[in-house]
Amino acid sequence: MVSRIAGRFQELAAQGRKALIPYVVAGDPGVAVTVPLMHALVEAGADIIELGVPFSDPMSEGPTIQLAHERALANKVRLRDALDMVRAFREQDSTTPVLLMGYANPVERMGYAAFADAATAAGVDALLTVDIPPEEVAGVNAELHRVGMDNIFLIAPTTPDARIATITGQASGFIYYVALKGVTGAGHLDTADVAAHLARIRETTDLPLAVGFGIKDAASARAVAEVAEGVVVGSALVQRLAESAAAGASNEQTIAHAVELLSEIRRGIDGASF
Amino acid sequence: MTTEIDKTLFDTVPDAEGRFGVYGGKFVAETLMSALAELESLYRKLSNDPEFQRELDEDLAHYVGRPSPLYFARRWSEQIGGARIYLKREDLNHTGAHKVNNTIGQALLAKHMGKRRVIAETGAGQHGVATATIAARLGLECQVFMGEEDVRRQALNVYRMKLLGAEVIPVTSGSKTLKDAMNEAMRDWVTNVDDTFYIIGTVAGPHPYPEIVRDFQCVIGREARAQSLEQTGRLPDALVACVGGGSNAIGLFHPFLKDDGVAMYGVEAGGHGVATGEHAAPLTAGTPGVLHGNRTYLMQDEDGQILHTHSVSAGLDYPGVGPEHSWLKDIGRVQYVVADDKEALDAFHTLTRVEGIMPALESSHALAYAGKLAAGMSPDQHIVVNLSGRGDKDIHTVAEIDGIQF
Ligand SMILES: Cc1ncc(COP(=O)(O)O)c(C=O)c1O
Repeated sequence: MVSRIAGRFQELAAQGRKALIPYVVAGDPGVAVTVPLMHALVEAGADIIELGVPFSDPMSEGPTIQLAHERALANKVRLRDALDMVRAFREQDSTTPVLLMGYANPVERMGYAAFADAATAAGVDALLTVDIPPEEVAGVNAELHRVGMDNIFLIAPTTPDARIATITGQASGFIYYVALKGVTGAGHLDTADVAAHLARIRETTDLPLAVGFGIKDAASARAVAEVAEGVVVGSALVQRLAESAAAGASNEQTIAHAVELLSEIRRGIDGASF
Repeated sequence: MTTEIDKTLFDTVPDAEGRFGVYGGKFVAETLMSALAELESLYRKLSNDPEFQRELDEDLAHYVGRPSPLYFARRWSEQIGGARIYLKREDLNHTGAHKVNNTIGQALLAKHMGKRRVIAETGAGQHGVATATIAARLGLECQVFMGEEDVRRQALNVYRMKLLGAEVIPVTSGSKTLKDAMNEAMRDWVTNVDDTFYIIGTVAGPHPYPEIVRDFQCVIGREARAQSLEQTGRLPDALVACVGGGSNAIGLFHPFLKDDGVAMYGVEAGGHGVATGEHAAPLTAGTPGVLHGNRTYLMQDEDGQILHTHSVSAGLDYPGVGPEHSWLKDIGRVQYVVADDKEALDAFHTLTRVEGIMPALESSHALAYAGKLAAGMSPDQHIVVNLSGRGDKDIHTVAEIDGIQF
């Protein structure tokens, strides 16, 4: 059976389009925002939703997403609640793939088998854990594969060629290329450098390649869409949500602000030539 | 008690993946994996290189002032009336704690890797000071991450680091203590991995750090073993050390692991009491999980969120512990116990008044437990306590608790 993620990339390829993958943290800025926000993002052109699982020690995040984790935890949103949100999302959307992104410990605590069962039951398609590299992945992978979920691996600018092959050999769904050395929300994107790295990865795999970290707006999204199959937008969107909520906007207005940014980015991607 | 443990086990950890049984490993972002591999291969090469060992030994002798004495605390032992208590005087090292044994070693690794910048996390500030010191000596740029709460309670050490030319970066995220400083150091490392060496201050973090830091700290136990034989004609009956991340404890314990007759006690911070939940005792009251690059016992809730910790001593205020300790607990070779804030403060005052030695509040946890342990033993037995650091840095904390203002 083709996974929802693989299927989505096949459809997009057939249409000559690139995937837009927004990242938001479950429960940020408010518990009631997340599910309607996910639907609104799909409406605005998201192809896959990446839902962050709040964690007390988000080691790979820059300040913007760290604060989102803190807000979500203050709203008492945990892994179980994130799964409930996906379940609620699935009541109206059975086609958009949902990827959970987070850190090892909440998944460890729930137990790999229990997580895999609960996540598939909720309608989650894949897991990406920042701090479970291939060396540590066997246990969780066995459970994810048992229930037909994809495990999304990261490849970094520092990943040597031999290691790229090891990673792509275990990956399914797509490969997430981290565009810069650093935390989320940092730095400037060097598109030529990204293109060179993607070419190296393509020598080892036919999986679609998505690029994240450092994509802020329509222009950077378009540049990445010219060389990758997918574009991940995180900090910029999370920042938009935070600013809107901090200014006292209603949930509807906050969602509308986020949609505005995502729509611009969608147009940027669709304007790319490849 | 320990006779059933297969002694060959101790030589098998960590394994090639950096595991101590089910603990340890390399749970970090992909960006750091090649840096860890590079560190490991360099360390394998240098640790077998006599020239590197000579360089390290020379620094330990002439810069740190090793060997540190093993001191018989006669008056305190007589007061207790039980086992004789010997103190391994890591407080007499240059910079005032055991931390420097490790920073010297890692800074030499940094130098051999050609890195121009070092970073560190610090709780009590002792590791930060030790790192800033060695960075000054080697002419390396140095930035130290320290929780805002610790910056406040360890003001003296913050100023020491500044005098040494390091930049102290207060960390305001999360609980504003050691774990958050470590998060921030990891974030810096991932960003500046090309030119920066991360000097981790304890036997935690991803492989190969727990092994490297252990190896550098084992000088404590090797000396204590020889000194005990020389001074008493036999090995100690028990060893006692405080456990924050666990580096001074593993340094003392490791060279004795195969000695059946030597009991070992790692003392965690009981804070306001384990029953209150306000403590820093993951081995005593925690459960296994993954944090800061390794699998180990953690203070966490049922959803896997890391809990806030409390200890009067900043250096023990950490929700995790080095993975080798988790393994030693599970196999039963080391007993992990607690001393609470009050017991530690009492021990701080006792040692100061009775022996004229002012211990760090971290080390005071070990002293508190050792006092109780000695009371139940006989005068023909002896205990070695790791006096991991001196107490000057804690004078403000103690004064504040005693209601004294300067
Ligand atoms: C004097 C002293 N002892 C002990 C510790 C705790 O660290 P570890 O458990 O790694 O020895 C510290 C940490 O700052 C310290 O400064």
